[in-house]
Amino acid sequence: MRDIGLTRGGVGLISGLTCDVGAGDCLFLRGRNGAGKTTLLRAMAGLTPVGSGTLTVDAPPAFSGHADGLKASLTVAENLEVWASLYGTVSIDAAVSAWALTPLLDRPAAVLSAGQKRRVGLARLLVTGCKLWLMDEPTTALDAGFVKDFEQVVRAHLAKGGAAVISTHLDLGVQGQTINLDEYRPDDAAVTLEDDWAGVM
Amino acid sequence: MIALLLRDLKLAVRSGGGFGLALVFFLIVVTLAPLAIGSDTTTLTAIGPGILWLGALLACLLSVDRIFGLDFEDGSLDVLATAPIPQESVFLAKSAAHWMTTGLPLTLMAPVLGLLLNLPAPALLAVTIGLALGTPALSLIGAFGGALTLGVKRGGLLLSLLVLPLYIPTLIFGAEAARRAAHDLPYQTPIVFLAAITLFAAAIFPFAGAAVLRINLR
Amino acid sequence: MSIWEFANPRQFMGWSGRALPWVAGLAGLCLSAGLIWGFFFTPDDFRQGSTVKIIYLHVPAAFSAINGYLIMFIGSLIWLIRRHHVSALAARAAAPIGATMTLIALITGAFWGQPMWGTWWVWDPRLTSFLILFLFYLGYIALWAAIDDPDTAADLTSVLAIVGSVFAILSRYAVLFWNQGLHQGTTVTVADGAQQDNIANVFFYPLILSMAGFSLLFISLVLLGTRTHIRARRLRVLFQKEMRT
Repeated sequence: MRDIGLTRGGVGLISGLTCDVGAGDCLFLRGRNGAGKTTLLRAMAGLTPVGSGTLTVDAPPAFSGHADGLKASLTVAENLEVWASLYGTVSIDAAVSAWALTPLLDRPAAVLSAGQKRRVGLARLLVTGCKLWLMDEPTTALDAGFVKDFEQVVRAHLAKGGAAVISTHLDLGVQGQTINLDEYRPDDAAVTLEDDWAGVM
Repeated sequence: MIALLLRDLKLAVRSGGGFGLALVFFLIVVTLAPLAIGSDTTTLTAIGPGILWLGALLACLLSVDRIFGLDFEDGSLDVLATAPIPQESVFLAKSAAHWMTTGLPLTLMAPVLGLLLNLPAPALLAVTIGLALGTPALSLIGAFGGALTLGVKRGGLLLSLLVLPLYIPTLIFGAEAARRAAHDLPYQTPIVFLAAITLFAAAIFPFAGAAVLRINLR
Repeated sequence: MSIWEFANPRQFMGWSGRALPWVAGLAGLCLSAGLIWGFFFTPDDFRQGSTVKIIYLHVPAAFSAINGYLIMFIGSLIWLIRRHHVSALAARAAAPIGATMTLIALITGAFWGQPMWGTWWVWDPRLTSFLILFLFYLGYIALWAAIDDPDTAADLTSVLAIVGSVFAILSRYAVLFWNQGLHQGTTVTVADGAQQDNIANVFFYPLILSMAGFSLLFISLVLLGTRTHIRARRLRVLFQKEMRT
């Protein structure tokens, strides 16, 4: 990532952000609501185009947003298997044991609690077999015990040469660099409206 | 792509995601038509093909907003967009699933409902062939409309305004074939045109639809 | 200086502001000349009587209706390829004007058809095609109105305009196949130049004048609409800037 600038709705969100996430690295994104955490993560996932600068993602990313992407009428196992076959991985066992999902496997996702849904959603990241995990507020709805599990899963992932970008308000027990997006907020005086629209009246 | 198709089929069968509902709607339209128009059999024979086609069209339209709408709401569409599968395939797989759960059952049910409308045997055959060839286009166009209106809250009405004009060519050729068959005229030409429109739709809509999906997920 | 420079919003606001009164004035001149000449100084047709004079509204409106769609299509294409905001906004401005022209053509056609064919409306291919064209316009306008983010709206409507154009043409031929018509052939064929077989010169010159008038009127309305949209867009950005501080 080099000198990233992002805009949303014609107004700059982030400017001049440069950072690098390599194998085994973990990057925490912080900032007020509306600071651009979600937008930056979506840009890394290739969903949102960057306004300026260059963003190169070498490894295919696995993206986990606010919603878990579960289908209510499919069981937990079926939900995970769909992603396994889409990502071309074979087994969901590792993900299931890491997140202690075995007793839930045959339940339809509709009956899960919010925390359980979140665990299935996070288990998907393991299922994809991707090196780079992009997680938007992953710990919402998780209770303290599972936040510990989460830390463990992320540490194991990093130890295997993976990388993670996490937006969060919590202090997680994982080593990593932290970026506070508030610091990259463009100066209000220097807010450049898109040049095109300046002085139009 | 197959995995996605299978998932959608499973979802449709399990949660009544439009599957079955469209069929019931089709049945209701065909039941209401004689009640509105009168039970005179010659009139029914004359307008039967049109009613079947209109019914199929509307039944198809009824469920197209769910093709992408549900996945958009629960976040699956984001994940699908980042998965190692092109958006074009996602679009195609989901339209195919929609056709298998809506267009195909409608086609199979049409000859039975055609009997209720006093259609002669050649017209029944023409309606069935026409629907079999035409409904894939309806699913593709509908999926495109559904993708267009993803970001719009309560976009149902807008969706029909966008999609129905695009259905016109399919409707014209499909109903024309059935009408000709009812009068024992050759109906090869409209059937061929119908197939051409479906092929054309299959050629352009995966690309147009994928472009629209990308725009809406930004 | 490249031609695209003119499409920069600021440049556009500059030259369009200067051009607008001239174009609008010329439109008024051509229209009043063409219509007054056509209505009061041409003879009645020996079969159609004075009803024939509605062609001075009907034909130019129909012509503008189709050209409006063309403008929409080209504007959308330019937006998708070169991302010039002005072209997207011009396409947006052309839609309601084109839709109105379509409506005028349909209504004047009905007024003409009543005494001539004995009915206000027939499902003739030409009439049906215009009705369908009207529906396509409505869908496009509705999609613009439904989406908040202006760039997303421009992208989505552009894709719709292009797919819609293809299907509008398909519908046109499907309708021809469906029903052969009652409507007379084209009144004005450009291909064979001044030598017109299907319309006498006395009717032809005022018609050309009013067609020019309608086209100029259309252009000035599109310019005006585009300017309005550009200002609205600028306001939006200013509001957003204000909200941040």
